[in-house]
Amino acid sequence: MITAEGYRKLIWKAKIKWLIGNIIVYSIVCIPLVPIILMYGWLIAQAFSGVCISSLIPQKLTLKNFYFLTGPIYWGGTPLYKSYWPLVRNTLLLALGTTGLVVAITSLAGYAISRFEFKGRDPLLKSVVVVHSIPGVLFLIALMYILNTIGLYGKGFLTLLSVIIIKAGLESPMYTWMLKGFFDSVPWELEWAALVDGCSRFTAWRKVVMPLIFPGIAAVSIFAFLSGWGEYLLVLTYITDRKWYTLSLALSELTYQFKHVDYGMLAAFSLLYLLPAMIFFLLTQKYLMTMRIVAYKG
Amino acid sequence: MSKKFSNLLRGYVAKPKVSISTGALGGLKSFLKEKSRTFFVIAFLTPFLAALTIMYGLPCALSVLMSFTDMGLSFELHFLNPLLKNYYTIFHVADPRVPVVAQTTILYVGCTLLINAGFSLVLGVLTAYCIRNENVASVLRLLWFLPRMTPVIIYALLWLWFTDPTYGPLSIVSSWIGLKGVRWLLDKPYSQLVMIAVNGYIGASWGMVIYVSSIKTIPLEIIYAAKADGATDWDVIRRIILPLLKWPILFVTSWQTLSLIGSYTEILAIWDGYSYTSGVEVWSLFTYHTAFEGYRFGYSAALAIVMATVALILVAIYFKVFGFKRMLEPSRIEV
Repeated sequence: MITAEGYRKLIWKAKIKWLIGNIIVYSIVCIPLVPIILMYGWLIAQAFSGVCISSLIPQKLTLKNFYFLTGPIYWGGTPLYKSYWPLVRNTLLLALGTTGLVVAITSLAGYAISRFEFKGRDPLLKSVVVVHSIPGVLFLIALMYILNTIGLYGKGFLTLLSVIIIKAGLESPMYTWMLKGFFDSVPWELEWAALVDGCSRFTAWRKVVMPLIFPGIAAVSIFAFLSGWGEYLLVLTYITDRKWYTLSLALSELTYQFKHVDYGMLAAFSLLYLLPAMIFFLLTQKYLMTMRIVAYKG
Repeated sequence: MSKKFSNLLRGYVAKPKVSISTGALGGLKSFLKEKSRTFFVIAFLTPFLAALTIMYGLPCALSVLMSFTDMGLSFELHFLNPLLKNYYTIFHVADPRVPVVAQTTILYVGCTLLINAGFSLVLGVLTAYCIRNENVASVLRLLWFLPRMTPVIIYALLWLWFTDPTYGPLSIVSSWIGLKGVRWLLDKPYSQLVMIAVNGYIGASWGMVIYVSSIKTIPLEIIYAAKADGATDWDVIRRIILPLLKWPILFVTSWQTLSLIGSYTEILAIWDGYSYTSGVEVWSLFTYHTAFEGYRFGYSAALAIVMATVALILVAIYFKVFGFKRMLEPSRIEV
């Protein structure tokens, strides 16, 4: 027979056990997050501070860190960049161009691979995995030779265009693999019905199947856009004309010049560069779970 | 009608077994259908195949060719004599930096893997099973996702500030515990710790997502049954969840090994110019520097080929161990 006193004790014991368990769980997940939270918090605080800070409390509130929005960026009297906006334009061009190309390539190929049996289908799928495992720097070196040979290295806009094509080309195999999974999940009776009603195959693809795999297209677009928006390596390696620099390249150059000196301007610059990516990501993060193999890096 | 269906549906993976042609006219019709189907497949696949050939196939072949040359800034294909001279330089350690770089790479891949495959497992189990409030769990997962979604150069700037000798919290905190004057990015054992952390924060979230989506497919009845029999949470994790996660764990470990071998962007962005002296020059980065700062494209191609060979051997092993299907469907749990 348990007395009321004993019962209360048992409940207390269970409660304490639960509490300790929770404390352990949350501290394992949250303590390593402290540097990350500090860093992102600092970025926001520093962007509005007049002096360099080492905490999350902004000091000497100011908006002058954002001066680059309206005028040129100077370093020791010489203008490094005449204006901020061409950088935004170039970055948007790169991100949107890559997204468009990737979606076009992968939605066509994913459908064909998912729906048709043809010779070489399995080897094709395997080759996608194999080529994706080869370290990226190998392609960077060889593509440099190719660009130089066909005369597209250091050619301003044409080089940016080839960077877009290279990026889309390098990323499409894995996105194709991902979209194939979405196409597989569409029951083929639906297309059957469309074909019976007199649709051509192309119309069935465009009007019936494509709307059904919208989540897949959305996921591919998000990853392609974010990766284009943040692209650093290809731009750093291939683009030499300052007129066609992107935000990442400009920020890396500015970081090199201004670090330890003017973190305020760097933080403001980064914040504006980060915001679109974050907003886009937060709005669409429900598609996050659909990423499997695609977004693997580092 | 049924003839029309089957004609239209020929070529679909799940095609019904209905005979198609009757007579000469039917034969001609089905021939035309067959042609249009082939045309359709080719049209849909062409952009993809072009990308695969131009961006992957051609560079692979070219790199092999380039690795036999001493190609420099002039971009001329002069074959070396002996042909394998670049490889001799690497394997006979004629270049004193090669063993240093190889050591750094092994340290980097090994230690970061502990975070990317090991700690991410802890994160996955905790956020998918132990934290019952789904909203809290997804907010935590989002926070862990931040570094991955941040453009790499901003991420680099954040670390530059975090380790800054005057303003960085890391330097301030480390001076409290007696590590005064440590330059976290430049002094050797510390810089390597930072290198591992930098990539660990990015890699942890990927494994976490795979593990979470795997755990979510475990039938709840199994866990309920165990709980009814008096199992504690720890028992459930150890006896039910972990054994079922065997394939996802292998999957994450193997893919992360491959991606770590090839990754160097973050290190390049943070340690631009100081990577070798700070002890963070990994093989990929060394290859990149040889090509785009030393302009020795031939030698760098050989370095890349060596690395690619290691990666391909690993892939071959994975194919053997996993089989093709498991290698690409990590989250399927076989109960």
